[in-house]
Amino acid sequence: MSSVAPAVEPVGPARTSGLVAVLEQTRYVLSENKVTGFAFALLLIIVFAALFGPYVVPYDPLASDTAAALKPPSAAHWFGTDQLGRDIFSRVIVATRLDFFIAIASVALVFLMGGLAGIAAGYFGGWTDRVVGRIADTIMAFPLFVLAMGIVAALGNTVQNIILATAIVNFPLYARVARAEANVRRNAGFVQAARLSGNGEFRILLVHILPNIMPIMIVQMSLTMGYAILNAAGLSFIGLGVRPPTAEWGIMVAEGAGFMVSGEWWIALFPGLALMIAVFCFNLLGDGLRDIVDPQRRT
Amino acid sequence: MTAQPLLEVQDLTVEFTTRRGIVKAVQHVNISVAKGETLAIVGESGSGKSVTSYAVMRILDRAGKIAEGSVMFSGIDVKAATEDQMRDLRGREVSMIFQNPRAALNPIRKVGDQIEDVLRTHVQQAQVADHGEKAIEALEQVKIARPRERYHAYPFELSGGMCQRVVIALALACNPQLLIADEPTTGLDVTTQKAVMDLIVELTKRRAMSTILITHDLGLAAAYCDRVVVMEKGRVVETATAADIFANPQHPYTKKLMRATPRLGVSLRDLLPEEESRAVMAGLDPAIHQTSQDLSRSMDPRVEPGGDETSKPLLLVDKLVKEYPRQGATAVLGKLFGRKPPVEPDVFRAVDGISFAIGHGESVGLVGESGCGKSTTSMMVMRLLDQTSGLIQFDGEDIGSIAPAAFARLPQRSRIQMVFQDPTDSLNPRFTAARAIADPIMQLGDVRGRDALRARCEELATMVGLPHNLLDRFPHQLSGGQKARVGIARAIALHPKLVILDEPTAALDVSVQAVVLNLLQDLKARLGMSYLFVSHDLNVVRLLCDRVIVMRTGRIVEEGSSEQVLGDPKDDYTKELLTAIPHPPLPTH
Repeated sequence: MSSVAPAVEPVGPARTSGLVAVLEQTRYVLSENKVTGFAFALLLIIVFAALFGPYVVPYDPLASDTAAALKPPSAAHWFGTDQLGRDIFSRVIVATRLDFFIAIASVALVFLMGGLAGIAAGYFGGWTDRVVGRIADTIMAFPLFVLAMGIVAALGNTVQNIILATAIVNFPLYARVARAEANVRRNAGFVQAARLSGNGEFRILLVHILPNIMPIMIVQMSLTMGYAILNAAGLSFIGLGVRPPTAEWGIMVAEGAGFMVSGEWWIALFPGLALMIAVFCFNLLGDGLRDIVDPQRRT
Repeated sequence: MTAQPLLEVQDLTVEFTTRRGIVKAVQHVNISVAKGETLAIVGESGSGKSVTSYAVMRILDRAGKIAEGSVMFSGIDVKAATEDQMRDLRGREVSMIFQNPRAALNPIRKVGDQIEDVLRTHVQQAQVADHGEKAIEALEQVKIARPRERYHAYPFELSGGMCQRVVIALALACNPQLLIADEPTTGLDVTTQKAVMDLIVELTKRRAMSTILITHDLGLAAAYCDRVVVMEKGRVVETATAADIFANPQHPYTKKLMRATPRLGVSLRDLLPEEESRAVMAGLDPAIHQTSQDLSRSMDPRVEPGGDETSKPLLLVDKLVKEYPRQGATAVLGKLFGRKPPVEPDVFRAVDGISFAIGHGESVGLVGESGCGKSTTSMMVMRLLDQTSGLIQFDGEDIGSIAPAAFARLPQRSRIQMVFQDPTDSLNPRFTAARAIADPIMQLGDVRGRDALRARCEELATMVGLPHNLLDRFPHQLSGGQKARVGIARAIALHPKLVILDEPTAALDVSVQAVVLNLLQDLKARLGMSYLFVSHDLNVVRLLCDRVIVMRTGRIVEEGSSEQVLGDPKDDYTKELLTAIPHPPLPTH
């Protein structure tokens, strides 16, 4: 029965769901927002370097060649060489994989810990809220980088512990955002309706509320990716993290720092530049991502 | 004076630039308002009635602009005026009352200060010391009791009706010549609506002001306005005096709108346009067709499937009480500073010992104004909320003793379902219509497998008249009426015996409301369900319900058959409710 007044039928494509809609939306956002498009291009380069870096670089990142040590950038060595004659360009590219992996793993971990704890706190309230809130407050009471240093120093100097430390220092950010978002939805009509449909509380949390706060969480993840990369590099820089001779931006900057005064600027500059571009890219990406993943804010 | 209207809108076209190109929200609209005249602009959502008034005030969004036509306000060309001139005009010459009074007031400032702000901005010659007195005077004029105290109140300390009075005081503070009221009483109770409308009309008449009342309610327009402009899809379809338009509507849309407005002396079927009324019948399968043909039979609660069960009511509620602790500032402070707790436990009784029963296949209306406890009652019956004391018996079983959290997974859950007030809020924005309808079936139903589930969803969609191609859409891609249908389909998916309808049409346009109400009536007849219809709208309740319960401050004040309660009310409160409803004059055809 076509008894709804035709005036209220929304105009638009009959079926814009799934991947097609997302791609369509992405195309729209990128064409409307050049900055986001630029950030996406940077992201593609970073992902490419992380996946295929080791196979495309001209030199072995660990092979030293003392005859060619401390050479400035040239046609043979685009970013120059370091004190052991290793090719800096190769090392910067190869390091992408490790830094990117640390960032992704720590963001995924903090999403699982902080995000879920925050949603539970916002949805259940009461003592769950209090416990999660106090944990977040305790973490926030420390200077975050010092806390990360402490965790890595106490647990040991491994990649896993860098990931864990980065995740823990980001916990309050995720828990608070997720708590606030879940809290406003705990008595929304669709949550009540889900209760009537026989959904248990945990199912409501995961199936009904979580997908609705994903957009804001994804933005949060993009913004903390940059921070996670900085954090990992920072830990390595002060010697609490990845150990030499592994190629990693933080260590490379640390190693190059000593040579700055004697004029060998390229050793520290290029890994630092890579670090800056990566962080810059994830920060720019945040805003663009929100427009893509949230259908409600489409205009 | 009549030769020069106060406001003259000529050939107005307003365009909005959107992603999908330019949308003409208002097209070639001509409206004129004479001095001292009260004009109503009536239309359903999306008809462009608000946009027209925003264009007059020139407060359109950034994306919108006046593309064609002219707006002349007492000799000033609004389209060409500078922003400074406009700022001077707004507030002093033209002022506006918005739909949501709470949103229109600054929540962290005292209402008196807010009125003073307006005075200070627009009245240059007055003395600074005067402002406080003037603000109190303004509050007095909108009939706020104890204005000297209220001057110091924050908006959250006032009720919705009070807030709207403050907004009116703000709007009238500078004696404007034109007042634009955009749905000023939507969201207010019917008795409050009457008080607010009476006040607006009284104040504007006394000051010989012109008023534009923007509303979707024909009854309101008829009761309070001199002339009515009917808009549809951005165009004016009819302009006539209030008396004329009801006695002799010309345009088919006006006729349709009037037909769809619930009023005295009509049945549910009369609300539908004639041709669509037939289409409804044709769209249903023969089995319902038969049932719907004899609706009067299904209106009688006793003639229902399973006749021998009728001796026992489906739902029995006895001495139901819900108490909330009062958490005032004093109680919290007392706790903080370790003061003695108050001698008496300070509790608020939202529901105060009510008892009623609903028979098999019966529909009962639960009527009352906001805060009367009707929603709390329905939540307790629904087992979404625990009662403080009292008995809730459903189908012979005591369900009141089952905690809400445990109830979710019991088979009884599927026997009581609900249609929510706000169709948008009650659908998960991330679920398609099909997924929303399937949700209860997946949790509690016996249909398994992707294809079987899809088939059941399509069956339900057919039942509620939702085209199958809309099943894959997300809520934001559906209209209000379509979302309401999805909500109804979800509620009936598990073959419930009792469905609680929580103002299911409050957020819908009248023509959509007419269709949805008819749909609910058909489904009830077909599926043999009982309804508990929670509403504040007596006209709607009368159409759908066999019996009516009137609630006030947590108690039942009157109960009886619809004809008796609404035709011959015994209680004073019921009488007050009934007289507050604005009635459009009955169409003559």
